Amino acid sequence: MKRFLSAVCITVAAVSCASLSIASPATIKIGALLSVTGPPSFLGEPERNSAKMVVDEINAKGGIKGKKLELVVYDTTGDATKAVQAANRLIKEDKVVAIIGPSTTGESMAVLPVAEKEQIPLISCAAGSKITDPVKRWVFKTAQNDGLAVAKIYEHLNRKKISKVAIITVSDGFGSSGREQLKANAAKFGIQIVEDSTYSPKDTDMTAQLTKIRASQAQAIICWGTNPGPAVIAKNVKQLGIKLPLFMSHGVSSKKFIELAGDAAEGIILPSGRVIVSDVLPSSDKQKKSLLAFVKDYKNHYKAEGDHFGGHAWDAVMLLKSAIERGGETPSQIRDQLEKTSNFAGIGGIFNYSTSDHSGLNKDAFVLVEIKNRDWALVK
Amino acid sequence: MDLSDQIAQYIVSGLSTGAIYALIGIGFAIIYNSTEIINFAQGELVMLGGMFALFFINFLHLPLPVAVLLAVASTTAVGVLFERLTIRPLKSATPLSLIIITIGGSILIRGIAMLVWGKDTHAIPSFSGTDPILIGTATILPQHLWIFALTVLAIAMNKLFFNYTITGKAMRACAVNKRAAGLVGIDVRKMVLFSFAISASLGSLAGIIVAPLTMTSYDVGIMLGLKGFCAAIIGGLSAGVGTVLGGLLLGVLESLGAGLISSGYKDAIAFIILLLILFIRPQGLFGKAETERV
Repeated sequence: MKRFLSAVCITVAAVSCASLSIASPATIKIGALLSVTGPPSFLGEPERNSAKMVVDEINAKGGIKGKKLELVVYDTTGDATKAVQAANRLIKEDKVVAIIGPSTTGESMAVLPVAEKEQIPLISCAAGSKITDPVKRWVFKTAQNDGLAVAKIYEHLNRKKISKVAIITVSDGFGSSGREQLKANAAKFGIQIVEDSTYSPKDTDMTAQLTKIRASQAQAIICWGTNPGPAVIAKNVKQLGIKLPLFMSHGVSSKKFIELAGDAAEGIILPSGRVIVSDVLPSSDKQKKSLLAFVKDYKNHYKAEGDHFGGHAWDAVMLLKSAIERGGETPSQIRDQLEKTSNFAGIGGIFNYSTSDHSGLNKDAFVLVEIKNRDWALVK
Repeated sequence: MDLSDQIAQYIVSGLSTGAIYALIGIGFAIIYNSTEIINFAQGELVMLGGMFALFFINFLHLPLPVAVLLAVASTTAVGVLFERLTIRPLKSATPLSLIIITIGGSILIRGIAMLVWGKDTHAIPSFSGTDPILIGTATILPQHLWIFALTVLAIAMNKLFFNYTITGKAMRACAVNKRAAGLVGIDVRKMVLFSFAISASLGSLAGIIVAPLTMTSYDVGIMLGLKGFCAAIIGGLSAGVGTVLGGLLLGVLESLGAGLISSGYKDAIAFIILLLILFIRPQGLFGKAETERV
């Protein structure tokens, strides 16, 4: 009896495999490596949601050149080892033609040798500039480089004739990358960092660091971190009665930050992608159409505000779609077409890939916003 | 601004953080004294305090005092349940396996909190505004005054309970010698249950009063729990003045260290102190070799 059952199982499995392989030519399979759970789930979850949403939409409109898109998502939980295993599985077992993700810089750095070796185009959703610098043949990215956000703040400081700043950065990957970029770009803009302090992601009181900053020569404070640290810092700044202008990174450009920091958020200026200000953008803005569509769809599907992170995955899928439409659907054809992407107005910015640039964006991918009356206002 | 003004601010900031560490540390000490285990789920009870307060204030829109009381009561119920389900069923378990069970319990509570309240950080409103108050040259927030006042009140009530009520005295008797306490008719297991209830309520109080300043999320308990544990170790695991001083000392040293040495080493300072105490004075900074453990 047991033997009979297992025979039945094997037959069923074989038949279903066969039916899959018959069906496959009608679909184009793309893989996604996203940290849907684990510490970076605030990235991976909206990314997965957005990717699924846009794939469903493409299919509802008849797919790409008559073929349905199929999205295979693996959760990497923010773990580089799992990301590499999942990448191999996507390539060898699922036989995908392209991969989007991973969500974090660490995972992306671990996965990109796999993509290079197996010659599968990879569009990372992480921000670290080292992912595409130097350029790797098969690796692209959609998230804006940290350096672009730094440049945007420094430009503003130049206009305001502020030259001495204090920086306070979180001691994780995001903060240390920001700290590196803040220090590396300072001289170019004639900015002097007079106080360089850090805090750990779980710190609950930063008055000590800020007291030191208050005693320094700084004319402005730049804080680099993701929630909740920057909200604590905003509150501490108010508590200490510090009147210096406070700048934040794009890491907190979500309504959540305003909610957490409350009144202390007023007057803070930060560089941000255009998603959060999509409704107040001038109609001449090239991205406005994509942005409004993304925000509206996301709200309809998930009853939540679409954010930048989801936008990175949206951009990745749409870039693949346009590459496949222009060329073929084999990995190398997709790669060649991706590299020729020009003036693609996505969520993160206007993408122009080339043989020497696989990150595709310039500093105009960011706008400066100020928090006014618990909402965003564009800084002109 | 000169150095003395800076130091004044470091000390004031440190004291307010330290008061929280003290409250959490006393929770560790009370349970240790009645069961000889370190309850590593103490930090999760702190987290639950903040989360329940969030639920009662932001979702049920109850007035603040009611919400605080309900949050303490709910967390205390969780503490009692925790003891019933994990500690009591194991009749002859060694303290070591019980400690490991509390670690498991803490992971479970954290996981449930993540599912119930999500992974986001949440803010709860300050008890009475956010206008800074000037003390000399240092500034604090009204919430800090609440922290000091409620910490002092909680510790004073603890002291009264342990010194002047029959139940409190019975718990102290258990701490000195469980077997003898049992022989004179004290229900030792009930006292263990009480110790969990008191620790849970103290922990949740800490979690509630600190949440308006630091925000709360499902994973705040780990670090707060560890810092509270450091405070208790500095105080020689005494449920009285020792742990309070330990917490305050830890808070001030962290703050001074972050301001004067380097902010990168803030957490390291707490754990270096923990290691030094364990190596050099395992009986605690203030304890004699034989401490009164209550």
